[in-house]
Amino acid sequence: MAITKKYAAIGKQCVACGSCVKVCPLSLITIYKGMNAVVNEEKCVGCGKCVEICPASVISIVSREGV
Amino acid sequence: MKAKQKHWYEYLWIASPVYFTLGFFNILFAWLGMILFITPLLIAIIGGSKLYCNKYCERGQLFELLGNRFGLSLKKKAPRFLKFNWFRYGFLVFFMTKFVLMIYRTYVVFAGADLKEVVMLLWMFKLPWNWADTSVASPWIAQFAFGFYGIMLTSTVIGLVLMIIFKPRSWCVFCPMGTMTQGICKIKNSKEKSKSAA
Ligand code: SF4
Ligand code: SF4
Ligand code: SF4
Repeated sequence: MAITKKYAAIGKQCVACGSCVKVCPLSLITIYKGMNAVVNEEKCVGCGKCVEICPASVISIVSREGV
Repeated sequence: MKAKQKHWYEYLWIASPVYFTLGFFNILFAWLGMILFITPLLIAIIGGSKLYCNKYCERGQLFELLGNRFGLSLKKKAPRFLKFNWFRYGFLVFFMTKFVLMIYRTYVVFAGADLKEVVMLLWMFKLPWNWADTSVASPWIAQFAFGFYGIMLTSTVIGLVLMIIFKPRSWCVFCPMGTMTQGICKIKNSKEKSKSAA
């Protein structure tokens, strides 16, 4: 699969609620030990579904370097 | 595309309306809320995870259902300060202080004071709640039930108002239980990390 230009980056103030986990169409998000969300950045297609749902608004879509 | 298979725990939101309905008819059912209070803490303390928030919480699910599926949310961005630690921990301290005061009131009734048949909403409004017969239980058991029901009702009302205006699970940003379980996970997992590094 071609790598997309953008991916989702989780901010420091993630409250680990898990809303984003449920909406990612590719199931690329996990909650790391109850502390924060982690995105499988390599596979993320930057669709923004997680950004839309995050109640704390801590996810941003960022550009990959070198793509 | 094949529809995602539903898991049994995705129906746990039902517990919320059931809880409030039971408590409406007999306040003593408010004690059932202890399950919702203790389970997330146990999962965090023993399992070191926020699995409760992430999968099982009836309230989070209710907000998702009403806000996302039923479209009852305007989905605006919540104010930034809600996610800041000073606010989250400040609200936790406020909430726990109210909780301790409620336990104290229970103790006062246990020690002989009169039972007050009211449910406090938003820590300000006294809702008279004297239609249920609580005589089967000791007055202090009933007093705790009134207090606990008030706490559950208050947090749900705040959560619902936030759900309507902001993104459906905005309450989860500063929910005292969510803050506590995340805090416990951070402490537990950083301890384990330093142990394994030693
Ligand atoms: S941007 Fe889309 S694919 Fe990437 S983590 Fe968020 S929901 Fe998943
Ligand atoms: S929805 Fe936002 S706050 Fe909740 S786990 Fe995902 S990134 Fe963190
Ligand atoms: S943050 Fe509170 S309301 Fe939200 S899922 Fe966790 S326990 Fe439930």
